[in-house]
Amino acid sequence: MSAAEHTPAEAASGPIIRIEHLGKWYGRFQALKDVNLAIARKERIVICGPSGSGKSTLIRCINKLEDYQEGTIVVDGVTLDENVKNIEHIRREVGMVFQQFNLFPHLTILQNLTLAPVWVRKMPRKEAEALAMRYLERVQIAEQAGKFPGQLSGGQQQRVAIARSLCMNPKIMLFDEPTSALDPEMIKEVLEVMAGLAREGMTMLVVTHEMGFAREIADRIVFMDKGEIVEQAPPKEFFANPKSERTKLFLSQILGR
Amino acid sequence: MLPLTTGYFAGYQPMQVLFGLFAAAALTGAILIKDRNLKGMLWEALAVSLILMLGTYLAHNTIVNLANRKIATGFDFLDREARFEISESLIPYSAASTYGRAMLVGFLNTLKVSILGIILATILGVGIGILSLTRNWLVRQLAGGYVHFLRNIPVLLHIFLWYTAITNLLPPLRQALSPVPGIYLSQRGFFYPVPEPATGWTAALYGLIAGVVLAVAATRVARLRQDRTGEILPTGLVAILLVIGVPLIAWLVGGAPTAFSVPALKGFNFEGGTSISPEFFAVFGALSVYTSAYIAENTRAGILAVSRGQIEAGRTLGLSEGVILRQIILPQALRVILPPTTNQYLNLTKNSSLSVAVGYPDLVSISNTTLNQTGQAVECISIIMLVYLATSLATSALMNWYNRSIKVVER
Repeated sequence: MSAAEHTPAEAASGPIIRIEHLGKWYGRFQALKDVNLAIARKERIVICGPSGSGKSTLIRCINKLEDYQEGTIVVDGVTLDENVKNIEHIRREVGMVFQQFNLFPHLTILQNLTLAPVWVRKMPRKEAEALAMRYLERVQIAEQAGKFPGQLSGGQQQRVAIARSLCMNPKIMLFDEPTSALDPEMIKEVLEVMAGLAREGMTMLVVTHEMGFAREIADRIVFMDKGEIVEQAPPKEFFANPKSERTKLFLSQILGR
Repeated sequence: MLPLTTGYFAGYQPMQVLFGLFAAAALTGAILIKDRNLKGMLWEALAVSLILMLGTYLAHNTIVNLANRKIATGFDFLDREARFEISESLIPYSAASTYGRAMLVGFLNTLKVSILGIILATILGVGIGILSLTRNWLVRQLAGGYVHFLRNIPVLLHIFLWYTAITNLLPPLRQALSPVPGIYLSQRGFFYPVPEPATGWTAALYGLIAGVVLAVAATRVARLRQDRTGEILPTGLVAILLVIGVPLIAWLVGGAPTAFSVPALKGFNFEGGTSISPEFFAVFGALSVYTSAYIAENTRAGILAVSRGQIEAGRTLGLSEGVILRQIILPQALRVILPPTTNQYLNLTKNSSLSVAVGYPDLVSISNTTLNQTGQAVECISIIMLVYLATSLATSALMNWYNRSIKVVER
């Protein structure tokens, strides 16, 4: 199915992301095993699990940063396949924030934000800059617009990265351990921006070890281990009575109880 | 008047004694004084005094010995008649010209082979560097093999190899190979046709210059227009059309001349057309291919230095692969590629002095002839050194300026 053909009816109702029987291998190593996950519009999912459990790989499959060998992913009615048009369409709809920020070091903060609107949305520069400034104000960093990424703190850089994604007006935001590379005192400022996004109704998939954030913001917590989804539940239930032994072990390690 | 002694040792001179005393004083101070800063300065003073002592000794000794042997110093010989022929020259030159002009011919030949070599080495190097990063296993191995084979053979051997290949494998002049009518390949060089002078060709040349200027201007205008309206115009295509189209129209308007001067064998040589000498081609081919291996490695390193996360960030924003390459990868890779590539440009220019091995009349080759005929060794060597120094400094100044203009602000 191409980007143009997708039916508005399907796009408007039903899950915004549908992942079915997803399987991925790195050579002989199976990184994802029969993963099934449907995400509703405006739903906020936190994915957690021990390192190497496949959680980052899973969200990186959603915008095809990783290839997969089995199963299907449908994003907003468009099937993610080898069709470049479909891939580009989905990437425009899905924003992503990385652990290492991945800002463009040779461009100013403002240029980092305007690059995609100018080259993808074909926006006049003035308009793109006005849009960028609006999002920079929203993440409270407008006064840094003329600086380069290397001149900002980690927390500031990650907020810029979030603003950069938002400039493309995405329907879905993926967060791949957004606070793992940050000093403790900077984690809060980033989580606050993310909480703000959640309140505004953004569909979010967050891979994180911040259990406080998960408890407060998530509609559903997905626990993964060894490439499989082991269990999923609303935060209260997930933390109060985890069902599988693996989940219990993980929670005891991460929460120290 | 200083006493003139005979032999290689020309005696001491008051200046040397003075610097020697300075050195002794600095050494004593450096040993005795405890203050760290002062101690450091005295060690430096010692070093400077010793260098000045040696320098004045050498200068004085040279002047005295030259005078003893009745060898005139100075650059007057440059105005004298050279009385030797030069096989190829970019400017009018004959045996009746001066040594100064001969040296200029040599310098221009050095510049010619260096500039053309740098252009070809860059094209080959960047191309091979990119190929060595493709997904295709065979292409990657071939590119890697190219680099390893070429950079591990001394450059002088490269020059001999090319020269031997041309002069031994190609047929003599009278049996010259002609792969395309009008083009002849022989061990005496390559001969090819050139257009007969005509208004149309002159117009086409000016048209080419105008086309390039227009292409640059059109790209600027398109960028400004994109800033204003957001519309993305096919600037690359327009630029190519302008660079090809404008000279073509100028040629048509100028009467569309088609007369060529075609080389034809007359007696012992070709007449008409123009030629590339085996000497030039050997040096040009060897230097550019040898240097391209290093530039390929620089290019590969530069592209690899851009982290994968940069490309992924570009993709998640929905940017096309072309925009990612032009706006994200290349600007960052260039900063890594440029400084070591400047070194390679300088190396290529300096390596062109090996031209003497196959008789290409570069600066060193002609200076050598001049030195042998006039005996002005100090002057000739100084000229060579100063010319290379000036050329190299100019090249690095240009490259450093460009490098600074694209630098990343770190903190």
